[in-house]
Amino acid sequence: MKKFVNDVDTMLREALSGLVEAHPQLLRVEFEPTFVARRERATDKVALISGGGSGHEPLHSGFVGSGMLDAACPGQVFTSPTPDQMLAAAAATETGRGVLFIVKNYAGDGMNFQMASEMLEIENATVLVNDDVAVENSTHTTGRRGVAGTLIVEKIVGAAAEQGATLAQCKALGDRVNAATASMGVAFTSCTVPAAGRPTFDIGPDEIEIGVGIHGEPGRRRAAQMPANEIVRTLLDAILGDLEPQAGRKVLLHVNGFGGTPLMELYLLHHAAGLRLKAEGLVAARSLVGNYTTSLEMAGASLTMTLLDDELASLWDARVHTAALRW
Amino acid sequence: MNTQHIIDALESVQAAILANESQIESLDRAIGDGDHFINVRRGCDVLMAMRGELVPLDPGAAFGKMGMKLLSTIGGASGPLISSFFMAMGKSVGGIAEPDRRQFAGAFAAGVEAIKSRGKADLGEKTMLDVLIPVSRLLQRLAEENAPLPELCAQLTAEAHRNMLATRDMTATKGRASFLGERALGHIDPGSKTCEVAITAVCDTWKETA
Repeated sequence: MKKFVNDVDTMLREALSGLVEAHPQLLRVEFEPTFVARRERATDKVALISGGGSGHEPLHSGFVGSGMLDAACPGQVFTSPTPDQMLAAAAATETGRGVLFIVKNYAGDGMNFQMASEMLEIENATVLVNDDVAVENSTHTTGRRGVAGTLIVEKIVGAAAEQGATLAQCKALGDRVNAATASMGVAFTSCTVPAAGRPTFDIGPDEIEIGVGIHGEPGRRRAAQMPANEIVRTLLDAILGDLEPQAGRKVLLHVNGFGGTPLMELYLLHHAAGLRLKAEGLVAARSLVGNYTTSLEMAGASLTMTLLDDELASLWDARVHTAALRW
Repeated sequence: MNTQHIIDALESVQAAILANESQIESLDRAIGDGDHFINVRRGCDVLMAMRGELVPLDPGAAFGKMGMKLLSTIGGASGPLISSFFMAMGKSVGGIAEPDRRQFAGAFAAGVEAIKSRGKADLGEKTMLDVLIPVSRLLQRLAEENAPLPELCAQLTAEAHRNMLATRDMTATKGRASFLGERALGHIDPGSKTCEVAITAVCDTWKETA
């Protein structure tokens, strides 16, 4: 395993220290228990708190700041954070307007945030993000995963919260963005959890994993390497099949790298996806391309599409100032 | 069963988990995401570190304290599940200095019930419950029948082993393995393996003593 590491047990603390030292005007970090919060507590707004396993950077700590999250609770690599972190983050950020948890739909995240929600003595609600169309939804399973679409929920609800939306409005908006968002990803390589020391799954040099999640867990099926346009077609078939947008609809197209794929290839994917959307009569009115919801050093990418209306577009455009996303 | 018996059992669970590291890890890499062993080991380590605090407590309070500590330490899906198990056990034997075998069996059943309700899972979903539920039922029956301890332990170990192996032929409907659909067939569930290892270790420790 070749990684920049001193001791796997102190990696997370060292990385979070570096994040905050690189953005001292923006962020602060606590370690007992661990959470990252805005340098200055906001006033008179719903507190937005997210969190999840580490290894997906910049998600979520990189999205803490004005116009987005109030705090993020990082767990160990690919491991959900614990309820005490969420309770401490809530106490440090709430302003009397309630707390909204934004949670990716994974069994561990769901249970830990649910316990925090039960233990928290102030008004709170939870938006469960489940944008991954690679997983079939069924009442008998954990259901669709929350992946790169989580950023879009955090950005849009973050803007609304900054503008004074109530807890109920933020919760309803988050659910609406989630329902209008679909994602699917492809991996070329696995990734190595530092504490495990070797790749999570084996994959041949000419194989790709279709429908992969963001924790290095295998996806739905293994396929032979294929041209980028064919990969884009596979992903968009599933995404468009889920969202069923009408022609003329404006959409947000998010090309997300998993950490090990060059930006050049991500822009190539954006071009290919744009051609397909055009052919479907859709308008890619907003775009975001880059490594935002990563899976350590995994090579691969996901496509995410959100159906926009004027309100969602305007909230997406609203000012944001975080370590990883700002305009 | 007193608190010292619990601490002895934890020590042997920790040793057994470490001894089975490579097998548990490879099962988790096959159908999970590779963090299960690390999380379980972190839980064992933190329980070992708090041995001194547990000694003066009765078993109910000791289980409760361990549950709260695990909740803030393990994380992932196993954190809330395992800590719910310990907290429910603690509640069940609260205030009893030395729970008898029947009371312990009742506490174990309460712990398993807490995992079911927290994880919204049941038998046949390729999870640790596929080992815990049958073992709990057998433990209650053998405790009622007042079976001799060595026999009780031998039967529980065999039941855990048999049901752990049976997860190989199941598809998962909960947890990370559920995303794999039929690709999870042919792989033993790592959580049920961990439970089998832990149950076997507890039985080995207690068959001569408690």
